[in-house]
Amino acid sequence: MFDLSGKRALVTGASGGIGGAIAKALAAQGAEVALSGTRVDKLEKVAGEISGKTHVLPCNLSDLAQVDELVPQAVEAMQGLDILVNNAGMTRDNIFMRMKDEEWDEVLAVNLTAAFHLSRAVLRTMMKQKFGRIIGISSVVGVVGNAGQGNYAATKAGLIGMSKALAQEVASRNITVNTIAPGFIASAMTDELNEKQRDAIMNQIPAARLGTAEEVAACAVFLASDAAAYVTGHTLNVNGGMVMI
Amino acid sequence: MSEVEDRVRKIVVEHLNVEADKVTEKASFIDDLGADSLDQVELVMAFEEEFSVEIPDDAAETIQTFGDAVSFLKKATA
Ligand SMILES: NC(=O)c1ccc[n+]([C@@H]2O[C@H](COP(=O)([O-])OP(=O)(O)OC[C@H]3O[C@@H](n4cnc5c(N)ncnc54)[C@H](OP(=O)(O)O)[C@@H]3O)[C@@H](O)[C@H]2O)c1
Repeated sequence: MFDLSGKRALVTGASGGIGGAIAKALAAQGAEVALSGTRVDKLEKVAGEISGKTHVLPCNLSDLAQVDELVPQAVEAMQGLDILVNNAGMTRDNIFMRMKDEEWDEVLAVNLTAAFHLSRAVLRTMMKQKFGRIIGISSVVGVVGNAGQGNYAATKAGLIGMSKALAQEVASRNITVNTIAPGFIASAMTDELNEKQRDAIMNQIPAARLGTAEEVAACAVFLASDAAAYVTGHTLNVNGGMVMI
Repeated sequence: MSEVEDRVRKIVVEHLNVEADKVTEKASFIDDLGADSLDQVELVMAFEEEFSVEIPDDAAETIQTFGDAVSFLKKATA
Protein backbone atom coordinates (compact mmCIF):
# COMPACT_ATOMS: atom_id res chain seq x y z
CA MET A 1 0.00 0.00 0.00
CA PHE A 2 1.08 3.61 -0.66
CA ASP A 3 3.73 2.38 -3.10
CA LEU A 4 5.09 5.23 -5.22
CA SER A 5 7.62 3.45 -7.38
CA GLY A 6 7.84 4.93 -10.85
CA LYS A 7 6.26 8.17 -9.65
CA ARG A 8 8.07 11.48 -9.99
CA ALA A 9 7.62 14.23 -7.42
CA LEU A 10 8.53 17.90 -7.10
CA VAL A 11 8.64 19.24 -3.55
CA THR A 12 9.09 22.95 -2.88
CA GLY A 13 10.62 24.02 0.41
CA ALA A 14 12.46 20.71 0.53
CA SER A 15 15.28 22.49 2.38
CA GLY A 16 12.92 23.04 5.32
CA GLY A 17 11.73 20.81 8.13
CA ILE A 18 8.41 19.62 6.73
CA GLY A 19 9.44 19.69 3.05
CA GLY A 20 12.56 17.65 3.77
CA ALA A 21 10.49 15.07 5.61
CA ILE A 22 7.98 14.94 2.75
CA ALA A 23 10.73 14.45 0.17
CA LYS A 24 12.26 11.64 2.21
CA ALA A 25 8.92 9.96 2.82
CA LEU A 26 7.96 10.05 -0.87
CA ALA A 27 11.38 8.68 -1.78
CA ALA A 28 11.06 5.94 0.83
CA GLN A 29 7.94 4.76 -1.04
CA GLY A 30 9.94 4.60 -4.25
CA ALA A 31 9.32 8.00 -5.84
CA GLU A 32 11.99 9.92 -7.73
CA VAL A 33 12.13 13.36 -6.13
CA ALA A 34 13.08 16.85 -7.27
CA LEU A 35 13.98 19.05 -4.32
CA SER A 36 13.48 22.80 -4.56
CA GLY A 37 14.32 25.73 -2.31
CA THR A 38 16.82 28.57 -2.21
CA ARG A 39 19.43 27.10 0.18
CA VAL A 40 21.34 24.74 -2.08
CA ASP A 41 23.50 23.34 0.74
CA LYS A 42 20.39 22.25 2.64
CA LEU A 43 18.85 20.76 -0.49
CA GLU A 44 22.04 18.81 -1.17
CA LYS A 45 22.00 17.58 2.40
CA VAL A 46 18.44 16.26 2.10
CA ALA A 47 19.31 14.70 -1.26
CA GLY A 48 22.29 12.99 0.39
CA GLU A 49 19.98 11.38 2.92
CA ILE A 50 17.82 9.84 0.20
CA SER A 51 19.00 6.62 -1.41
CA GLY A 52 16.74 6.85 -4.46
CA LYS A 53 16.98 9.19 -7.43
CA THR A 54 16.96 12.90 -6.55
CA HIS A 55 17.42 16.21 -8.34
CA VAL A 56 18.29 19.53 -6.72
CA LEU A 57 16.46 22.40 -8.44
CA PRO A 58 17.13 25.75 -6.75
CA CYS A 59 14.39 28.33 -7.23
CA ASN A 60 13.43 31.54 -5.51
CA LEU A 61 9.66 31.47 -5.45
CA SER A 62 9.35 35.22 -5.02
CA ASP A 63 10.71 35.60 -8.56
CA LEU A 64 8.05 34.51 -11.07
CA ALA A 65 10.57 34.17 -13.88
CA GLN A 66 12.32 31.49 -11.81
CA VAL A 67 9.02 29.95 -10.74
CA ASP A 68 7.97 29.45 -14.35
CA GLU A 69 11.18 27.58 -15.10
CA LEU A 70 10.86 25.14 -12.24
CA VAL A 71 8.25 22.76 -13.61
CA PRO A 72 9.84 22.49 -17.08
CA GLN A 73 13.18 21.75 -15.35
CA ALA A 74 11.59 19.05 -13.19
CA VAL A 75 9.75 17.51 -16.14
CA GLU A 76 12.94 17.42 -18.15
CA ALA A 77 15.00 15.96 -15.33
CA MET A 78 12.50 13.21 -14.55
CA GLN A 79 10.81 12.79 -17.95
CA GLY A 80 7.46 13.66 -16.44
CA LEU A 81 5.87 14.71 -13.18
CA ASP A 82 3.23 12.89 -11.16
CA ILE A 83 3.25 14.61 -7.79
CA LEU A 84 3.57 18.31 -6.97
CA VAL A 85 3.88 19.33 -3.33
CA ASN A 86 3.50 23.07 -2.80
CA ASN A 87 5.10 23.15 0.61
CA ALA A 88 7.33 26.23 0.62
CA GLY A 89 6.02 28.96 2.86
CA MET A 90 7.11 31.99 4.79
CA THR A 91 5.78 34.37 7.42
CA ARG A 92 6.08 38.13 7.86
CA ASP A 93 3.93 38.59 10.93
CA ASN A 94 2.42 41.89 11.93
CA ILE A 95 -0.86 43.15 13.27
CA PHE A 96 -3.15 44.49 10.60
CA MET A 97 -2.77 48.11 11.56
CA ARG A 98 0.98 47.90 11.19
CA MET A 99 1.24 45.55 8.25
CA LYS A 100 3.23 46.96 5.37
CA ASP A 101 2.28 46.43 1.76
CA GLU A 102 5.59 44.67 1.24
CA GLU A 103 4.88 42.22 4.05
CA TRP A 104 1.54 41.40 2.50
CA ASP A 105 2.88 41.14 -1.05
CA GLU A 106 5.92 39.04 -0.22
CA VAL A 107 3.94 36.41 1.69
CA LEU A 108 1.23 36.31 -0.97
CA ALA A 109 3.83 35.86 -3.70
CA VAL A 110 5.70 32.96 -2.12
CA ASN A 111 2.86 31.13 -0.39
CA LEU A 112 0.05 31.55 -2.91
CA THR A 113 1.02 33.01 -6.27
CA ALA A 114 3.95 30.63 -6.70
CA ALA A 115 1.67 27.71 -5.83
CA PHE A 116 -0.80 28.90 -8.47
CA HIS A 117 1.92 29.16 -11.11
CA LEU A 118 3.39 25.76 -10.32
CA SER A 119 -0.01 24.07 -10.21
CA ARG A 120 -1.00 25.59 -13.54
CA ALA A 121 2.31 24.53 -15.04
CA VAL A 122 2.00 20.86 -14.06
CA LEU A 123 -1.51 20.44 -15.44
CA ARG A 124 -0.44 19.96 -19.03
CA THR A 125 1.86 17.08 -18.15
CA MET A 126 -0.61 15.58 -15.71
CA MET A 127 -3.53 15.79 -18.16
CA LYS A 128 -1.49 14.01 -20.80
CA GLN A 129 -0.53 11.31 -18.31
CA LYS A 130 -4.09 11.12 -17.05
CA PHE A 131 -2.61 11.01 -13.59
CA GLY A 132 -1.59 13.66 -11.13
CA ARG A 133 -1.43 14.56 -7.48
CA ILE A 134 -1.23 18.17 -6.33
CA ILE A 135 -0.78 18.68 -2.62
CA GLY A 136 -0.68 22.08 -0.90
CA ILE A 137 0.67 22.57 2.59
CA SER A 138 -1.80 24.92 4.21
CA SER A 139 -2.04 25.51 7.96
CA VAL A 140 -4.49 25.43 10.84
CA VAL A 141 -4.09 29.19 10.69
CA GLY A 142 -5.72 29.20 7.27
CA VAL A 143 -8.71 27.40 8.74
CA VAL A 144 -9.28 29.34 11.95
CA GLY A 145 -7.15 32.49 11.54
CA ASN A 146 -4.52 33.87 13.89
CA ALA A 147 -4.00 37.38 15.21
CA GLY A 148 -0.88 38.93 13.74
CA GLN A 149 -0.86 36.67 10.69
CA GLY A 150 -3.41 38.26 8.37
CA ASN A 151 -1.16 37.84 5.35
CA TYR A 152 -0.12 34.29 6.18
CA ALA A 153 -3.68 33.22 7.04
CA ALA A 154 -4.94 34.67 3.76
CA THR A 155 -2.46 32.57 1.79
CA LYS A 156 -3.18 29.40 3.73
CA ALA A 157 -6.94 29.79 3.34
CA GLY A 158 -6.29 30.78 -0.27
CA LEU A 159 -4.50 27.51 -0.93
CA ILE A 160 -7.53 25.62 0.33
CA GLY A 161 -9.98 27.51 -1.89
CA MET A 162 -7.71 27.32 -4.89
CA SER A 163 -7.25 23.59 -4.44
CA LYS A 164 -10.99 22.97 -4.20
CA ALA A 165 -11.64 24.90 -7.39
CA LEU A 166 -8.88 23.13 -9.28
CA ALA A 167 -9.94 19.77 -7.86
CA GLN A 168 -13.34 20.25 -9.50
CA GLU A 169 -11.81 21.19 -12.83
CA VAL A 170 -9.53 18.19 -13.17
CA ALA A 171 -11.15 15.40 -11.18
CA SER A 172 -12.33 13.66 -14.37
CA ARG A 173 -8.71 13.46 -15.54
CA ASN A 174 -7.53 11.41 -12.60
CA ILE A 175 -5.80 14.37 -11.02
CA THR A 176 -6.49 15.00 -7.36
CA VAL A 177 -5.84 18.27 -5.56
CA ASN A 178 -5.74 18.31 -1.78
CA THR A 179 -4.32 20.29 1.08
CA ILE A 180 -2.80 19.37 4.40
CA ALA A 181 -3.34 21.77 7.29
CA PRO A 182 -0.72 21.13 9.97
CA GLY A 183 -1.14 22.51 13.46
CA PHE A 184 1.95 23.14 15.58
CA ILE A 185 4.78 21.06 14.17
CA ALA A 186 8.15 20.87 15.88
CA SER A 187 10.60 22.92 13.81
CA ALA A 188 13.41 25.40 14.08
CA MET A 189 10.71 27.99 14.65
CA THR A 190 9.01 26.18 17.54
CA ASP A 191 12.41 25.39 19.10
CA GLU A 192 12.75 29.09 19.76
CA LEU A 193 9.58 29.39 21.83
CA ASN A 194 10.04 30.05 25.54
CA GLU A 195 8.41 27.88 28.20
CA LYS A 196 5.46 30.20 28.68
CA GLN A 197 4.67 30.28 24.96
CA ARG A 198 5.08 26.52 24.85
CA ASP A 199 2.61 26.00 27.73
CA ALA A 200 0.09 28.30 26.09
CA ILE A 201 0.29 26.21 22.92
CA MET A 202 0.06 22.89 24.73
CA ASN A 203 -3.12 23.99 26.42
CA GLN A 204 -4.79 24.20 23.03
CA ILE A 205 -3.68 20.77 21.85
CA PRO A 206 -5.59 17.73 23.15
CA ALA A 207 -2.68 15.48 22.15
CA ALA A 208 -0.54 17.64 24.48
CA ARG A 209 2.49 17.64 22.22
CA LEU A 210 3.77 19.19 19.03
CA GLY A 211 3.42 17.22 15.86
CA THR A 212 6.41 15.99 13.87
CA ALA A 213 7.34 16.72 10.29
CA GLU A 214 7.15 12.97 9.66
CA GLU A 215 3.51 12.96 10.73
CA VAL A 216 2.76 15.60 8.10
CA ALA A 217 4.83 13.71 5.53
CA ALA A 218 2.85 10.53 6.13
CA CYS A 219 -0.30 12.36 5.06
CA ALA A 220 1.42 13.58 1.92
CA VAL A 221 2.41 10.00 1.09
CA PHE A 222 -1.19 8.90 1.47
CA LEU A 223 -2.58 11.69 -0.67
CA ALA A 224 0.06 11.03 -3.35
CA SER A 225 -0.66 7.31 -3.49
CA ASP A 226 -3.11 5.37 -5.62
CA ALA A 227 -4.95 4.56 -2.40
CA ALA A 228 -6.17 8.16 -2.24
CA ALA A 229 -7.48 8.24 -5.82
CA TYR A 230 -11.02 9.10 -4.64
CA VAL A 231 -9.94 11.81 -2.20
CA THR A 232 -9.95 15.23 -3.81
CA GLY A 233 -10.63 18.81 -2.74
CA HIS A 234 -9.99 17.69 0.81
CA THR A 235 -8.13 19.38 3.64
CA LEU A 236 -6.44 16.95 5.97
CA ASN A 237 -6.05 18.50 9.42
CA VAL A 238 -2.94 17.26 11.19
CA ASN A 239 -3.07 19.08 14.50
CA GLY A 240 -3.33 16.71 17.45
CA GLY A 241 -6.99 17.59 17.86
CA MET A 242 -6.40 21.32 18.19
CA VAL A 243 -9.19 22.10 15.72
CA MET A 244 -11.74 19.49 14.70
CA ILE A 245 -13.72 20.32 11.60
CA MET B 1 -10.77 15.05 -48.20
CA SER B 2 -7.37 16.37 -47.23
CA GLU B 3 -4.88 14.52 -45.13
CA VAL B 4 -4.94 17.22 -42.43
CA GLU B 5 -8.71 16.90 -42.23
CA ASP B 6 -8.46 13.16 -41.70
CA ARG B 7 -5.91 13.46 -38.96
CA VAL B 8 -7.85 16.18 -37.15
CA ARG B 9 -11.10 14.21 -37.43
CA LYS B 10 -9.45 11.13 -36.01
CA ILE B 11 -8.28 13.07 -32.95
CA VAL B 12 -11.69 14.64 -32.42
CA VAL B 13 -13.47 11.31 -32.73
CA GLU B 14 -11.11 9.66 -30.27
CA HIS B 15 -11.11 12.44 -27.70
CA LEU B 16 -14.78 13.30 -27.71
CA ASN B 17 -16.18 9.85 -28.44
CA VAL B 18 -18.36 11.05 -31.28
CA GLU B 19 -19.34 9.55 -34.67
CA ALA B 20 -17.04 10.63 -37.49
CA ASP B 21 -19.97 11.88 -39.59
CA LYS B 22 -20.93 14.36 -36.85
CA VAL B 23 -17.53 16.03 -37.23
CA THR B 24 -18.45 18.45 -40.01
CA GLU B 25 -16.80 21.67 -41.03
CA LYS B 26 -19.20 23.84 -38.99
CA ALA B 27 -19.42 21.52 -35.99
CA SER B 28 -18.57 23.40 -32.80
CA PHE B 29 -16.60 21.33 -30.31
CA ILE B 30 -18.56 22.67 -27.38
CA ASP B 31 -22.03 23.26 -28.83
CA ASP B 32 -22.30 20.32 -31.22
CA LEU B 33 -19.78 17.73 -30.11
CA GLY B 34 -20.28 17.81 -26.35
CA ALA B 35 -16.84 19.07 -25.36
CA ASP B 36 -16.30 21.02 -22.16
CA SER B 37 -13.62 23.66 -21.82
CA LEU B 38 -11.09 21.15 -20.52
CA ASP B 39 -11.78 18.84 -23.48
CA GLN B 40 -11.05 21.78 -25.72
CA VAL B 41 -7.68 22.31 -24.04
CA GLU B 42 -6.94 18.62 -24.46
CA LEU B 43 -7.88 18.72 -28.14
CA VAL B 44 -5.47 21.59 -28.69
CA MET B 45 -2.75 19.64 -26.87
CA ALA B 46 -3.45 16.63 -29.08
CA PHE B 47 -3.31 18.78 -32.23
CA GLU B 48 0.02 20.21 -31.10
CA GLU B 49 1.41 16.76 -30.63
CA GLU B 50 0.05 15.28 -33.85
CA PHE B 51 1.24 18.18 -36.00
CA SER B 52 4.36 19.13 -33.99
CA VAL B 53 3.26 22.76 -33.74
CA GLU B 54 2.79 25.16 -30.87
CA ILE B 55 -0.64 26.67 -30.55
CA PRO B 56 -0.51 29.73 -28.29
CA ASP B 57 -3.48 30.41 -25.98
CA ASP B 58 -4.88 33.30 -28.00
CA ALA B 59 -4.84 31.20 -31.17
CA ALA B 60 -6.35 28.26 -29.32
CA GLU B 61 -9.30 30.45 -28.35
CA THR B 62 -10.14 31.02 -32.01
CA ILE B 63 -10.38 27.29 -32.68
CA GLN B 64 -14.05 26.69 -31.96
CA THR B 65 -15.12 24.37 -34.77
CA PHE B 66 -13.67 21.44 -36.68
CA GLY B 67 -13.27 23.76 -39.67
CA ASP B 68 -11.34 26.28 -37.54
CA ALA B 69 -8.96 23.56 -36.43
CA VAL B 70 -8.38 22.25 -39.93
CA SER B 71 -7.69 25.66 -41.43
CA PHE B 72 -5.43 26.66 -38.54
CA LEU B 73 -3.40 23.48 -38.81
CA LYS B 74 -3.21 23.66 -42.59
CA LYS B 75 -1.72 27.13 -42.31
CA ALA B 76 0.56 26.19 -39.42
CA THR B 77 2.01 23.20 -41.22
CA ALA B 78 2.13 24.70 -44.70
N1 LIG C 1 6.05 24.25 11.30
C1 LIG C 1 4.76 24.42 11.55
O1 LIG C 1 4.33 24.38 12.69
C2 LIG C 1 3.80 24.62 10.41
C3 LIG C 1 2.44 24.62 10.71
C4 LIG C 1 1.52 24.79 9.68
C5 LIG C 1 1.96 24.95 8.37
N2 LIG C 1 3.28 24.96 8.10
C6 LIG C 1 3.68 25.13 6.70
O2 LIG C 1 4.51 24.09 6.30
C7 LIG C 1 5.38 24.52 5.28
C8 LIG C 1 6.81 24.14 5.63
O3 LIG C 1 7.14 24.78 6.84
P1 LIG C 1 8.36 24.34 7.77
O4 LIG C 1 7.86 24.27 9.13
O5 LIG C 1 9.06 23.19 7.19
O6 LIG C 1 9.24 25.68 7.68
P2 LIG C 1 10.75 25.92 7.22
O7 LIG C 1 11.63 24.88 7.79
O8 LIG C 1 11.02 27.34 7.51
O9 LIG C 1 10.66 25.69 5.65
C9 LIG C 1 10.16 26.65 4.77
C10 LIG C 1 10.58 26.24 3.39
O10 LIG C 1 10.04 27.17 2.45
C11 LIG C 1 11.06 27.56 1.57
N3 LIG C 1 10.92 28.94 1.12
C12 LIG C 1 10.60 30.05 1.85
N4 LIG C 1 10.65 31.14 1.09
C13 LIG C 1 11.03 30.74 -0.16
C14 LIG C 1 11.28 31.40 -1.39
N5 LIG C 1 11.15 32.72 -1.53
N6 LIG C 1 11.65 30.65 -2.44
C15 LIG C 1 11.80 29.32 -2.35
N7 LIG C 1 11.58 28.64 -1.21
C16 LIG C 1 11.20 29.34 -0.12
C17 LIG C 1 12.34 27.45 2.35
O11 LIG C 1 13.40 27.25 1.44
P3 LIG C 1 14.84 27.97 1.62
O12 LIG C 1 15.08 28.09 3.09
O13 LIG C 1 15.79 27.09 0.91
O14 LIG C 1 14.68 29.32 0.98
C18 LIG C 1 12.09 26.25 3.23
O15 LIG C 1 12.49 25.09 2.59
C19 LIG C 1 5.16 26.02 5.15
O16 LIG C 1 4.29 26.27 4.06
C20 LIG C 1 4.49 26.37 6.44
O17 LIG C 1 3.67 27.51 6.30
C21 LIG C 1 4.22 24.80 9.09
